[in-house]
Amino acid sequence: MPANAFNNFTDYGIGIGLRSPHYNHILTRKPVVDWFEIISENFMIDGGRPLHILDQILEQYKVVQHGVSMYFGSAERPNREHLRRLKALVKRTKTPWLTDHLCWGSVDGRYTHDLLPMPYTFEAARITAQKVREVRDFLEVPIAVENVSSYAEFHVSEMTEWEFLTEVVERADCGILLDVNNIYVSSQNHSFDPHTYVKEIPAERVAQIHIAGHSKYRKYILDTHDHPVIDPVWKLYADAISRAGHTATLLEWDDRIPSFDEVHDEALKADKFLTSASLATAV
Amino acid sequence: MKLLNLQRRMARAVMTPLTPSERMRPVAPNGRPMRVVAAQFIKPNDRLTSFERLEIYNRQYWFRVLSGFAEDFPGLRAVLGERRFDALAKAYLQDCPSRSFTLRNLGSRLEHWLRKHPSWAGSRKDLAIDMVRLEWADIEAFDGQAAPALKPDDLAGLNPAKLRLRLQPYVQLLDLHYPVDDLLLEVRSDEDTDFASNAFNERRKHKRVQAVARLHPSAVFLAVHRLDFSVYFRRLNREEFIILTELRDGKTLNRAIDAGFRKSSIPVAERPSHVQKLFHTWAALGWFCRPAQNPGEAQGQPDKVEAS
Repeated sequence: MPANAFNNFTDYGIGIGLRSPHYNHILTRKPVVDWFEIISENFMIDGGRPLHILDQILEQYKVVQHGVSMYFGSAERPNREHLRRLKALVKRTKTPWLTDHLCWGSVDGRYTHDLLPMPYTFEAARITAQKVREVRDFLEVPIAVENVSSYAEFHVSEMTEWEFLTEVVERADCGILLDVNNIYVSSQNHSFDPHTYVKEIPAERVAQIHIAGHSKYRKYILDTHDHPVIDPVWKLYADAISRAGHTATLLEWDDRIPSFDEVHDEALKADKFLTSASLATAV
Repeated sequence: MKLLNLQRRMARAVMTPLTPSERMRPVAPNGRPMRVVAAQFIKPNDRLTSFERLEIYNRQYWFRVLSGFAEDFPGLRAVLGERRFDALAKAYLQDCPSRSFTLRNLGSRLEHWLRKHPSWAGSRKDLAIDMVRLEWADIEAFDGQAAPALKPDDLAGLNPAKLRLRLQPYVQLLDLHYPVDDLLLEVRSDEDTDFASNAFNERRKHKRVQAVARLHPSAVFLAVHRLDFSVYFRRLNREEFIILTELRDGKTLNRAIDAGFRKSSIPVAERPSHVQKLFHTWAALGWFCRPAQNPGEAQGQPDKVEAS
């Protein structure tokens, strides 16, 4: 049963990111996995092995698309070629919802290929929400936007990050992909209480949750997705689940990728939190 | 500050090349101190200055695009050597920043750029351009479109004077001045051997320098194609190359064959059987496909398969 209006896929459980070092294991051993998240851009191509692998995965597993370069927060209009290719992929995967980041990364047609932080202004919220609506109308699939890790804040900001996230999703009437690791990373970099963030966002809009590991440097934390999830992030996850209910959860591991089983075991640690959320709902 | 202005300002800073020690430059391209530029739009915190916060993104940008570029062009790196390759990569990416949503297209303008700026390749310009063409063709062949292949039977009974065949979009045809295909395969076999020892790396470097040094000019005709989702390099003879190029460009079968044998040393009497063998091979490799539904989809002139 859906936990809320934007979270219609509570049966999705715990997924992991589909990454090339695991292709062979997945296709030959066929492990039981609730779902895979794919990076859309890796498959927005005309043919060849990546699409062949994807088609084999689609035959056996549920797949959700996650993008890294729609740049909802860029001031420029969406790239039509990007949208056309993304829509073709949406038709192929039949993704039940689609996610990308609440960030910007391109300007005047030049791409940084990074997830650059937003200035938290009302103008930025209006432009971003308009773009989310435009993309959703074109793709005809529900959209959830993900909070990013950030290492800089802007003088022009008029609100907190969680207020900005709320402003955007309310204006766009879209879901949230809540990345609790990103909240933790940003909270350390910008000295705010991450639990306040989780408490303040509209929980009824949380469509999916990301968990991941990160790297700690002397003066800041970097979102590297190359470590297991640390305890403070699990605590944030527990907070998020207690507010949003049973929510599709995805472990990201993108660098120094260990074996499939190690990644999957790390992801399955989320199960105890999801189970307790289900029990709480039942009571 | 308006969103667009802020994004332009930050993107300019983020895409400014790093210093040789991979730090953010103290002076912005417009001559102003970068710490002043950064402080105008980025807040400092209790641990990092505005400059240091912006620098994180500046470094991330260059590390990302340079590593993507290096992954795509290991052959060019072998041709130029590490130092010249690094300098070329930075110059190219500064002149031609990504204009695509995907890093896959990062090298799409490299051949054109290198022809305009040959000094970045030093004395091995022609060899470097050949390698760039091969490595870009490899990328295109890897994930290019594959249309349903025509079978040998599909061609039976068609009028060669009117027949236009469409080549699979993933098949890339190259006329090269150096046997860079051999060099790239050697480079890749080295890359596959993942030894961490310094001695091994030195040996590998030495081996590559030797491989490049012994590469002498020779005309090579090559098809970069795909079979069972793997990319292969197939050497072609001159006649094959011309016939395939003409077919790709929308010429009829008769015209393509005529062009292929115009300066050929193959005796006239042997040509029909030669052509038959070639078409058998190409069809077996699945290189021909049905014409595009929409003539605009085809390369060159509209492709057609017309019955006699």
